[in-house]
Amino acid sequence: MMLTDLTLAAARDGLRARRFSSVELTEAFLSAIAALNPTLNAFITVTAERARDQARAADAALAAGQGRALTGLPLAIKDLFCTQGVRTTAGSRILEHFIPPYESTVSANLLRDGAVFLGKTNLDEFAMGSSNMTSAFGAVTNPWTRRGDNAALVPGGSSGGSAAAVAARLALGATATDTGGSIRQPASFCGIAGIKPTYGRCSRWGIVAFASSLDQAGPVARSVEDCAILLGSMAGHDPRDSTSADRPVPDFAAACARGVKGLRIGVPRQYRADGMAPEIEALWQQGLGWLREQGAEIVDVSLPHSKYALATYYIVAPAEASSNLARYDGVRFSSRTEGDDLDALYENTRAAGFGPEVKRRVLIGTYVLSAGYYDAYYLRAQKIRALILKDFTDVFARVDALVTPTAPSAAFAQGEKMSDPVAMYLNDVFTVPANMSGIPGLSVPAGLDARGLPLGLQVLGRPFDEETVFAVGAALERAAGFAALPAMRAGA
Amino acid sequence: MSYMLQGSTGSWEVVIGLEIHAQVISRAKLFSGAATAFGAAPNSQVSFVDAAFPGMLPVINRECVAQAVRTGLGLAARINLVSRFDRKNYFYADLPAGYQISQFEHPIVGAGMVEIELADGSTRRIGVTRLHLEQDAGKSLHDQHPTKSFIDLNRAGVALMEIVSEPDLRSPEEAGAYIRKLRSILRYLGTCDGNMEEGSLRADVNVSVRHPGEALRTRCEVKNVNSVRFVMQAIEAEALRQVQVWESGEEVRQETRLFDPGRGQTRSMRSKEDAHDYRYFPDPDLLPLVLDEAWVAELKAALPELPDARRARFMAEHGLSAYDAAVLVAERATAEYFEEVARGRDAKLAANWVTGARFALLSARGVGIEASPVSAAALGGLLDLITDGTINGRIAKEVFEAMAESGSTAGEIVERKGLRQVTDTGAIDAAVAAVLAANPDKIAAYKSGAEKLFGFFVGQVMRAMAGKGNPALVNEALKRALG
Repeated sequence: MMLTDLTLAAARDGLRARRFSSVELTEAFLSAIAALNPTLNAFITVTAERARDQARAADAALAAGQGRALTGLPLAIKDLFCTQGVRTTAGSRILEHFIPPYESTVSANLLRDGAVFLGKTNLDEFAMGSSNMTSAFGAVTNPWTRRGDNAALVPGGSSGGSAAAVAARLALGATATDTGGSIRQPASFCGIAGIKPTYGRCSRWGIVAFASSLDQAGPVARSVEDCAILLGSMAGHDPRDSTSADRPVPDFAAACARGVKGLRIGVPRQYRADGMAPEIEALWQQGLGWLREQGAEIVDVSLPHSKYALATYYIVAPAEASSNLARYDGVRFSSRTEGDDLDALYENTRAAGFGPEVKRRVLIGTYVLSAGYYDAYYLRAQKIRALILKDFTDVFARVDALVTPTAPSAAFAQGEKMSDPVAMYLNDVFTVPANMSGIPGLSVPAGLDARGLPLGLQVLGRPFDEETVFAVGAALERAAGFAALPAMRAGA
Repeated sequence: MSYMLQGSTGSWEVVIGLEIHAQVISRAKLFSGAATAFGAAPNSQVSFVDAAFPGMLPVINRECVAQAVRTGLGLAARINLVSRFDRKNYFYADLPAGYQISQFEHPIVGAGMVEIELADGSTRRIGVTRLHLEQDAGKSLHDQHPTKSFIDLNRAGVALMEIVSEPDLRSPEEAGAYIRKLRSILRYLGTCDGNMEEGSLRADVNVSVRHPGEALRTRCEVKNVNSVRFVMQAIEAEALRQVQVWESGEEVRQETRLFDPGRGQTRSMRSKEDAHDYRYFPDPDLLPLVLDEAWVAELKAALPELPDARRARFMAEHGLSAYDAAVLVAERATAEYFEEVARGRDAKLAANWVTGARFALLSARGVGIEASPVSAAALGGLLDLITDGTINGRIAKEVFEAMAESGSTAGEIVERKGLRQVTDTGAIDAAVAAVLAANPDKIAAYKSGAEKLFGFFVGQVMRAMAGKGNPALVNEALKRALG
C-alpha cells in the first residue's frame, strides 16, 4: 500500500510505530502534488520546504516520545486561513500579495498538535461559490470523471481545492470552511467526508471573513474518524472570537464507534424536493435502511420553513459580505490600482481586484441593507432565520439526528451553470439550513451515481452534539463500505 | 428673559440639541488591546484589529463598558442591560474596516438628564436622549505632502461615548452651560478628560428656529465644533442665517454644515440628498452586550460624589453661598483642593482664597488648580497665620506670592522676611504720631469735614509700618489721635 493511500488515523499509527517517518510521508505527498497539481490545480501555494522542516521536527519529536495528536501528519490548509509568513489569497486577485503576520487560531491549533502543512488550497473567491470556478487562481478539477467521459468536472465549492486534494491523495486531510455548504457539498462531489461543526465550535479568528454569522471552519478527510480527529484539534474556545463557544471539546473520535442502536433518526419531508434525481432518492432510502438495520428508529419529521432557507441565505450572506469586504480598499494591505482621488482609488482597486461573483454579492448585499429595503429584506430574512432554527429545535426534541442527501446532484462539468447564478445557488439547498441555524452537518460518501460519480449523505445534529453526528456518520460509512477511487490520484 | 432673535416677521426662538462625542478614559481601545495615549508617534498604537486586517475580530473592552455605565448613572439615566452593536458602513481612508462599530437601535444607556445653572441663578433640566458606545476613526493628514494624504490610525478604534441631548436648549448660553456641566460630570466620574483642544470632547450642534409656539422647523447640523465658545458662536451664526433664509421667503434645507470660526459663519458641507446611506445592521462578529444587574449596582455604589450633590453639601456643611459653591464644584480638582484647605478652618475664608488662587493661576498660566505650586496644605498653613493674627490679609497676599515662587511654607516666609503683624500699641502710636506730624494740612481738612481722608491716614501709617500693622489697632489708634 502506498503511504498516500493511508487514512490519517492509519498514518498516525504508522508514525507512532516508526514504520515510516514523517519525512517519508511528507515527501510522498509532495511528490504526488508535484505530479498531479498541474492538472488538478488544487493548491494555490505549495510550501514544500516548510513542510520538510516541519516533518523533520516531527520525526525528532516522535523519536523523543513527544508526539502529539497530529505530529508529523501532512495536511492542506484552505487559502482562507491566514498563515503567518505564507501568502493567503482567499482565491482573490485583491489579496494576491498578502502575507499575514499572524496565524489563524484553527491552523495554529493544528500546528500546536504537530501537523505538517503542505500548502494552501484553492477555493472560490472569498469562498463565494459552489464550483471553485470563481477562483482568481483558476478552476480546480475534480479527480473523479464520469464513466466513459473525460470532461473535467468541478470539485464543488467553495472548499474545492481542499476536497480535491484529499480525494486525490495529495494530503491526509485539509481544513475547509462552510458558509452555506462549502465543506459538505465538495466533500460529496469528491467522495470524501467533511463536517461543518456547530457555529462557535471553531474560532473564526484569522479566517478571511465571508459572512460572519454563517462562516464556520471544519475538516475534510477520507474517513469520518479522520474528520473527528482533525476537528478535535481545530476546535476550542478562543477569547479573540466573541462568537466562539466556551465549552469543552469532547472526544469526537471516540464517538465514531458509538453505533446508532436506539437513536431516533428524522427524515425531513420537505427535503424531498420536486424533481430530485431518482438515484439520489434511492441512495437516501438505502442510507435510512442501513441505519434501521443497525438499530435506529426512522421518524418522519417536518421542517416547514426550510423551503425559505436558500432565499434568506442569499440575503443574509451577501449583506454581511458587502460589509466584510469593504476593508479591501487598496489603502493598506490589498493590491492597489491607483486613481486620481480617493473614490477613484476605491473604484479602480475593487474593479480590478474582485471577480464577477464577488461583485454580484457585494451589490446584492449593499442593496438589501439600503435605506428603504432593509426591513423588506434583511430584517425579514433574520425573522425567517429564527423560524428555521425553531423548526430544528422542535424536531430535535423528538429525534437525535436528521439524515438527508448532501447535494441535489453529483459533480457537474466545469463551465456548466456558470451563466445561471440561481441554478448554481440551488446546489446549496440541502446544506444552507444548517448554516442558517448554526447546527452541525456532516457529509459521508455513500454511493455512486449511474455514471460512477460519488454521492454523499448528510447527517444533521443538535447544536454542540457533533458526537451523535459522528456516530451516525460512521455507521453510514461502515454500511456503505465506499471503496471507489477517483481516476486521478497519487500513484494511479 | 428668554433668548430671542428679532427678525422682520417677529421674534424667533432658537431650538438646540447637542450630540457630544466624549472619548472614554481607558488604557486600551474599545475592541482591541492597542494603547490610547494622546500624542504618540503616528501609527504606533495600532493593532491588526484596528487596521482591519483580514480575519481580525473585535472583542469588547470591559472597562469601556463600565465607563459608559458610570456615565449613564452620572446622568441619572436608564442603563439598558441588553444593548447591541451595529455596523455603520461608509468608505473613508481613515476608516480601515469600511464600517464603524456603533450602537444604532439599542444603545447601552437610555434617557437621563443634566441640570444646568444660568447666570441669573436659575436652573434648567436638559433631557439626555441616549448614550451609546462607538469606535473613533483614524485621522487623515492632508497637509504633509503635495499630492498624497497620510493616515494615522492611532485614534482608530478608541472608544467614544456619543451623548445625545433632547432639543431642550434655547440659547447659546444654555448650550454652553450644558457642555460645561456635562464636562464637569464626566471629569468627576473620571470617564472622559473633557479636553476639547485634544479632541477628547467634540460637539455636533443641531439648530433650528421657529416663532414661539410653532411646531419644530427644519434643522441643520453643525459638525465637529471643538470649543464651548465656538459652539455658542456657531449657534448664533447658524440661527441668524436660518432666520434670514426663512424671512427671505425661502426654506431652510436639512443639511450638514461646518462652522468657520475665522469668519463667524457656517457653510454647507453636504445636503440631505448627498447624505450617506450607512446601511446599519447588527455586527455579526459581536454578541448582544448583556450586563449583570449586580455589576451595574456595584458600579453605582462606587460612583464618586457628583457636582450637584457636592454643591448642596458645600452650602449645607460650609455655609457657602450658592454662587461660591457652584464656582468651587465646577472642577473636581478645585472642589477637592478647597475641601482640604477648609478642613478645620473658616470655610468662607478658604473659599475666597481658593477662588482667588484659581483665577490667578488660570489667568497667569492657563492651568487648573491641580497645577498650583502652592499645595492645599500649604495654603491652609497660610490661612492659619491670618486666623491667629500672625499676619494680616494684605501681607498674606505677599506671602502667598512668595510661597508660589519659592515653595517655602507661609511660616518660613513670614519669619525670613519679618512680616509678623505688629500689635504693639506703642509702635503703632509712634507711627500714628509721626504721620500726623508730617501732615498738619490734612488734619485741618479732616477736621473741617473731609472725612474721606481717614483712609489716607490709614494708608500712610501702614506704609510707615511696612504693611505689618494690625489694621484694627491702627484704626483705633488713629481715631483716638484725631479725636
